[in-house]
Amino acid sequence: MISDWTLWLEWFIKALVVTLALLTGFAYLTWYERRALARLQVRIGPNRAGPFGLLQPIADAVKLIFKEELTPGKADKIVFFWAPVITLVPSIIIAAVIPWGASFVAFGRTISLQVADLNVGVLYIMSIASIAVYGIVLAGWASNNKYAMLGGLRSTAQMISYELALGLSFVTSIILANSMRMLDIIDAQRSLWFVVVQPVGAVIFWIATLAEVNRAPFDMPEAEQELTAGYHSEYSGMKFALFFMAEYQKMIVICAIAATLYFGGFREFWFLENTFFSVDHTWMLGATQITNWFLGPVYLLLKVIALLFGMIWVRATWPRVRYDRLMSFGWKILLPLALAITFITAVGIILQQELHNDLYYYVGIPGVSILAGLFTVVMVYRELRRKVK
Amino acid sequence: MSVFEPVFELVRGLITSGKMIFEKPVTFQYPEQKREVRPRFRGRHVLKRYDNGLEKCIGCSLCAAACPADAIFVEASENTDEKRFSPGERYASTYEINMLRCIYCGYCEDACPTEAIVLGDNYELSFYDRRSAIYTKESLLEPVPTVDMTTPRKVEPNVYKRSVPEMKDPAD
Repeated sequence: MISDWTLWLEWFIKALVVTLALLTGFAYLTWYERRALARLQVRIGPNRAGPFGLLQPIADAVKLIFKEELTPGKADKIVFFWAPVITLVPSIIIAAVIPWGASFVAFGRTISLQVADLNVGVLYIMSIASIAVYGIVLAGWASNNKYAMLGGLRSTAQMISYELALGLSFVTSIILANSMRMLDIIDAQRSLWFVVVQPVGAVIFWIATLAEVNRAPFDMPEAEQELTAGYHSEYSGMKFALFFMAEYQKMIVICAIAATLYFGGFREFWFLENTFFSVDHTWMLGATQITNWFLGPVYLLLKVIALLFGMIWVRATWPRVRYDRLMSFGWKILLPLALAITFITAVGIILQQELHNDLYYYVGIPGVSILAGLFTVVMVYRELRRKVK
Repeated sequence: MSVFEPVFELVRGLITSGKMIFEKPVTFQYPEQKREVRPRFRGRHVLKRYDNGLEKCIGCSLCAAACPADAIFVEASENTDEKRFSPGERYASTYEINMLRCIYCGYCEDACPTEAIVLGDNYELSFYDRRSAIYTKESLLEPVPTVDMTTPRKVEPNVYKRSVPEMKDPAD
């Protein structure tokens, strides 16, 4: 029993900050996506509500709140009501283990900028990410609509398939950091980001996350042309907004996870190490000692924005993958490649430790991984050519 | 075609869309910035006047007869030299176009013997009720060239006897 009320207060405040940051982030991600997508399509995008259209999310929220909420007559009312909630909640609580800054001392105690410092943080992320599938499949089923049902089923199949590759790309970065704790993984990337050590793992992670959050080119579950809107066809008003919110919050969270696992998390960019802009840098303002802990969230935000732009860019460019190809890509290409990458990473680290030669780590792992990636591309090409003939 | 062509193509696609960021958006900021309409654009109708300010419309109802959507209603009255609206015997005392019926085909323009009705370049037609969708003569008529040329007006007798202007060149 924790009787220290300040600890409760600290947890409460941190949880509140994360939740509010995600909610605001969701609102402004919709704005960011619409603006960036518009620019990629040589348009301007929403620019009427407020300066640069910054009040657009508020206008959208007001519109959605005042919209009529319809429940289909033959829908399963209880499940229909709870499905959006089941989808939304994991997308928020998954952010609990993501550290968004270094710890600092205030009020005589060390405050770490992380809601829960789990020693199995990565495992927590994996398990929570899987729960979100339930919301989607239940929404599809409860709607009592064949398109929603198909969308929900597709989504489930897709998320389960890509979760394997996603998990294995988590494993590579766990092996590299020799820990499942998010803070340790970030500390291990102090001088060299894992994206450099394991570029193929990062690419697999990226592809799998796109499939995991149902973004283009893997937005199968909500393929408008085939399934109207997929699992949320029958949802309107705020219930629809909850699905929308879940999707965009998942985007933010998954980009933060990508930043943590492969791009150094809240730590400064590699070229700023040991400079004034490092998150560890301590300086004196008069008599007080100040650590740059507050730069952590800034760096994380910058990385998340850059990664989110990648997602939007991909959406603006690549067409949707056909469903059978999506599944065969996940199972026949991505999963074996992820297994090979995990193996290569593990062997590289053992060789480095046993033979005391860092070359195995810094050249061996990325080199052999890229070779494995190229080999995969060659095999895909052969397969495609054989099908054409 | 090399083995890595599919991968290059994916990247090429990204570069192509990425380049677009640096291009100027093609958007027109509509209410403030309007696009020029084409020379033969068929927008809202305008009832024209002669240079001396008299109305071209003589109330012959040929436009109403030509209209496939039955959108035009014309009622004619007699002109006098004391109160003259248009040259000739008659003028349109009522001229209404129902903009909800009009299909902007331009047949009225073709049917008009005096070239009084012309499809203009105004496309901003919006109304809050069906009643205001019926445009009356006052809203369709072109403004007078100068203030003293209003209609109806008193003119010297026996000048404006011909309702349809004489052809300058019969070969036209």
